[in-house]
Amino acid sequence: MAALRPAGDFDRSYEQDMAVVRRPWQWAGLVVGLLVVLSAPLWGSAYLVGTANTIFYTIIAVQGLNVLTGYTGQISLGQAAFMLVGGYTSALVTTHLGLPFPLAVLVAGLATGLVGLLFGLPSLRVKGFYLAMATLAAQFIIPWLSRHAFPDLLGGTSGRIDVPVPVLLGVSFSEQRLYYYLSLAALIVTTLLVLNISRSRLGRALVSIRDNDLAAELLGVNLFQYKLRAFFLASFLAGVAGALKAHSQRGVGTEFGYGLEESIILLGMLVIGGLGTNLGPFLGVTAVVLLQDLARVTGQFLSELFPAIQSRLLNSFRPIFFGLVLMIFLIFRVARPGPPLADDQGGVAVAAVCAVIRNQE
Amino acid sequence: MNWQLVPQQFVTGVLNGGIIAIIALGIVLIYRSSEVFNFSHGQLVMLGAFLTWWFAGANEDGKEIFNLPLWAAIPLAIAVMAGLGLVIERLALRPMTGQPLLAIILMTLGLAQFLEGATAIVFGIEPKNNFPSPFSPSDVITIPFPGAFNDAIILKQALLATFVVAIVAALLFMLFFQYTRTGLAMRATSADHELARSVGINVPRIFGLSWGIAGVIATLGGVLLATLTGVEVLNLPNLPNLRMINASYGERSHLWLH
Repeated sequence: MAALRPAGDFDRSYEQDMAVVRRPWQWAGLVVGLLVVLSAPLWGSAYLVGTANTIFYTIIAVQGLNVLTGYTGQISLGQAAFMLVGGYTSALVTTHLGLPFPLAVLVAGLATGLVGLLFGLPSLRVKGFYLAMATLAAQFIIPWLSRHAFPDLLGGTSGRIDVPVPVLLGVSFSEQRLYYYLSLAALIVTTLLVLNISRSRLGRALVSIRDNDLAAELLGVNLFQYKLRAFFLASFLAGVAGALKAHSQRGVGTEFGYGLEESIILLGMLVIGGLGTNLGPFLGVTAVVLLQDLARVTGQFLSELFPAIQSRLLNSFRPIFFGLVLMIFLIFRVARPGPPLADDQGGVAVAAVCAVIRNQE
Repeated sequence: MNWQLVPQQFVTGVLNGGIIAIIALGIVLIYRSSEVFNFSHGQLVMLGAFLTWWFAGANEDGKEIFNLPLWAAIPLAIAVMAGLGLVIERLALRPMTGQPLLAIILMTLGLAQFLEGATAIVFGIEPKNNFPSPFSPSDVITIPFPGAFNDAIILKQALLATFVVAIVAALLFMLFFQYTRTGLAMRATSADHELARSVGINVPRIFGLSWGIAGVIATLGGVLLATLTGVEVLNLPNLPNLRMINASYGERSHLWLH
């Protein structure tokens, strides 16, 4: 939160120093932003509300990835698989144990956190590329297990089970406009969680591991313990996001896309938004989700231009588009001077994308 | 478990291993020279096979541009893929020199997505089962074992030829690395970039070269794999398998090449 401030602008008390929201204009922005977001289901179109809902729970997953990859510097290619674990856990405990929705989401997060700990164990011995390989194993093992283990519970080769509509205080959240508020509430809680982690002893220990693990160990940071905490947090948030996604889509399983592509997209969102920044997940997810819509629109447009290969364009334009955007972004953003991949130019990208989207529709 | 089948499975497994080894060789080559783990190698393999299939005029929709025999289609595909390797290195990986590992990994992952989508759009996602293979599945060599192993060990000719080509290619690359000046320069680059540069080796050229050669190997592997299992390999949903092969074998053969 220590943004650059003009000369002479300094804190006079401990409370000021610790404040998350510092300036009057930040307060104004926060209040206006919250009002807009809270009232969105009242005036927004179904498309807008549905997209915002997707963005909310995806941000939670990317926030988890941000703790692990952005702050701690451990690469994970298994975030989508952890979301699958969360979705299944939540679906099973609500269907078979009848747990209320908030408790189910919490249980999903904790269970996924434990699974994440398991796959985080190799981080003691391996790092960098080889850790990426170890987490890639999670991305292959977990979906495989979901299709082959306990076919009665997990849906077997059909790759899907139904998830009940969440009911809270007698209100059934079957409509997207209502469900929106559940995702939003979860997002606010996780944002506060991540924000405070990054400002506390835990967050500073994680950053020190990223910057120089040897120095961190000399400073008294127990590497293994803190890396495992980062893995737990990352998969906890992935589990929460997965539970929200499962209840929102009313189903969970490999049919709903929890594959390697999804993990890559999550990582891409984080990098595009800005690694190791709290604003990064918000910007990156918004930009990429809107870009994917842009890709869909462009694909439809192109398929009208070239009717001969219409079905191919409709099916396969999305990966081309995302791959290209990711590569261009990495080339042009990384090539410029300054700290690579961790500044706030993401805002410019989001603004540009939003402008383009509006022109398309 | 039927122990009578073990020798048969063993032989088939060894022969299959040859082709996986040659695919992994491409990953190792790039990793050793530039420390980039190429997640898009599976897609390059697929693209190489698709190009060969296309050059050989197997489209059969009456609009074939090329209608070359297999012996001409393969070198043409290899040349195109070598060029593609050079282009990828120059445009995508050169700007990433000295960047954090995550950025480089994401770059090759993005490249994989792009190549996969592009191939699907250009060639279509429906499986192609008419790869112009010189062998048919019924061409087998039977080694008789009267009284044991179900009386015979059956070798598919395609599998055997694939294995021989893989071994020859691996030997050629070994000789290349051992005895040519360029091969020596590539080994020096993989050992230490700065030292290699200080003795006058053009390191960016070596990076480009290793991508070009990886394109060649990928095509070779793609053609061999397609000869073997035509339908399945060129089937896009099957690609994750190929990627798994990438992931798991790259590391091991990296030790083997040391």
